[in-house]
Amino acid sequence: MSHRLEDYRQIVGSQVIEELLLLADRVRHLRLQHINSTSVGGGVAEILTRMVPLLRDLGIDTTWDVIKGNQAFFGVTKAFHNALHGGEETITEEMFEVFRATTAMNLAELDTYGDVIVVHDPQPVGLIARKPEVGGHWLWRCHIDVSTPNPRVWGFLQDYVEQYDASIFSMPDFARQLAIPQYMVPPSIDPLSDKNRDLSDDAVRAVVERYGLDPDRPILTQISRFDRLKDPLGVMRAYRMVRRRHDCQLLLAGGGASDDPESAEVLREVREAAGNDPDIHVLELPPFSDLDINALVRGSTIVIQKSIKEGFGLTVTEALWKRKPVIGGAVGGIRLQLLNGVTGFLVHSPEGAANRAVELLDNPELRDAVGAAGHEHVKENFLTTRHIRDYLLLMLAMEHDDTDLSVLTGGPTT
Amino acid sequence: MTNQQSFIFDTELRLVVLTGITVRSLQELRAELPRVPGSSIFFHMHQEYLAHDFQHSAHYNDFARWVSQALREEALAEKLAAIDLLAFTTIRELRDAVIGTVDEYLSELDRPGYECRPEEAFHFCRSRSFVLPTGIVADDVDDFFRKVASISHASLYFHFFEARLRLGRRTSDFSRWLADRGRADLAAAIDALNPYVCTLDELRRDIVQLGTGTATPT
Repeated sequence: MSHRLEDYRQIVGSQVIEELLLLADRVRHLRLQHINSTSVGGGVAEILTRMVPLLRDLGIDTTWDVIKGNQAFFGVTKAFHNALHGGEETITEEMFEVFRATTAMNLAELDTYGDVIVVHDPQPVGLIARKPEVGGHWLWRCHIDVSTPNPRVWGFLQDYVEQYDASIFSMPDFARQLAIPQYMVPPSIDPLSDKNRDLSDDAVRAVVERYGLDPDRPILTQISRFDRLKDPLGVMRAYRMVRRRHDCQLLLAGGGASDDPESAEVLREVREAAGNDPDIHVLELPPFSDLDINALVRGSTIVIQKSIKEGFGLTVTEALWKRKPVIGGAVGGIRLQLLNGVTGFLVHSPEGAANRAVELLDNPELRDAVGAAGHEHVKENFLTTRHIRDYLLLMLAMEHDDTDLSVLTGGPTT
Repeated sequence: MTNQQSFIFDTELRLVVLTGITVRSLQELRAELPRVPGSSIFFHMHQEYLAHDFQHSAHYNDFARWVSQALREEALAEKLAAIDLLAFTTIRELRDAVIGTVDEYLSELDRPGYECRPEEAFHFCRSRSFVLPTGIVADDVDDFFRKVASISHASLYFHFFEARLRLGRRTSDFSRWLADRGRADLAAAIDALNPYVCTLDELRRDIVQLGTGTATPT
């Protein structure tokens, strides 16, 4: 369900809402068009689903269009995605041809009419060919980690990307050497979504019990898909070290692994490693479990995200928002979120995770202090309202020269 | 923004721009410091105050934090953290101070510099800011102190930090306006506040207290 801007006022404060309205006054004459490759499923669709109604609520004429593509095209873009992440992929000239052909089809069929057009991720990047004909300001929004990309795939995309007016990346680490400006816009979480909204203590307790955990004993939790890069076995090693000092339970919960052979293999290894320990709970959660995940995190004593490689790490953001002390691997966006010792703890090994967990279990005041600071950090920097502010600022930026400080003391454009 | 009659509260909203310039060692940092835009130096010496304003920082600026966390050069981190931002009124002076601090440390370093892992690299950023009137206007001195209690962090930051260093106004907008209104005493008291050792909430509280006469300026 979508929410109204006013619903956020009590969460983020009036000053934040007033600033959004001030900014919206400046760009309300511009139409904003988002273009991506899917209307459901995946992080980008999730972000747009909640942002588009809020932008409209601010009076911004916002539309969202989706390109078309057949199975072969999405097979190619999946391979591109993996290659951009630094994975081993065989990329052929035929794949580039499939990409070009689908781009040509979409150029013929998809209407571009925005004054500011935001194109998300590589799939629709070729639509930039329309720019000389229709004009407007074009932004390429990259949601994926391109810090160590396959040079051939990146080189192919870069020819398109550099025709845009500007690009947008989620973290400094993802920045490339480009001939166009690169803005940093971190992702965000929605504090009113089922995954994040407040729940009563009774509701939390009921869910924790339903999944067979004891709400009266400490729970260490990692919510992640079953992937070696999330190091679930390392988390289990850490838990076993903690158990020597504290009675506690371990919860490893992630999405279903049925359609992903590697994930199924990791899940099997995790279950095998868990053995007969009744305090280790390995949960394969079905899709649409957001409320349960929310309750399980809220019912946890400590949240762990011991990733070996990570994009931004929104599971960390979600746990911080719930005032949980978080222990995270010192990688990717986790480093932006866990200011070590203040908003959480960064670790490099299962031993490090165990040490911090013991310290936190010994010290309820520390848990509360770290949890409170983490909540404030997310409130200031990683909520939907900040994301919307950045988009409004990008629209404003497109209309002004690229100077460090633009003083706009005149009235809004009407 | 000020005039003789009323104080117009502005706010500053900013985008972070990635320069694409990345360094992994002290030597690389030193090489880039003179070349990066002045706005990048300003950004890394100040962004902590806005991004993490719920807490007191151990390092106060990004250079000090990176040198400590990625390079483990704690002594240099302390020296960089000790750079007194109130002592400068131009970004050029500030850049020279950072370079001078790194140079002095490098000249005494009797071992090869450490190169951090790629994922711990320092990424130079800069900000692109937009200053907008908030619509909040103070008609007189009493009204000013009432209104300042309700302005946003971004507004406070602009009038206190940006106006002085980036717009070269030498002092905060608040103290300039108060002096123009014949309240040199309050202007001096505000100038005596050190915004670099407190959170923005604490700074706002201290200003409000000065106006209500409940605080003793230090």
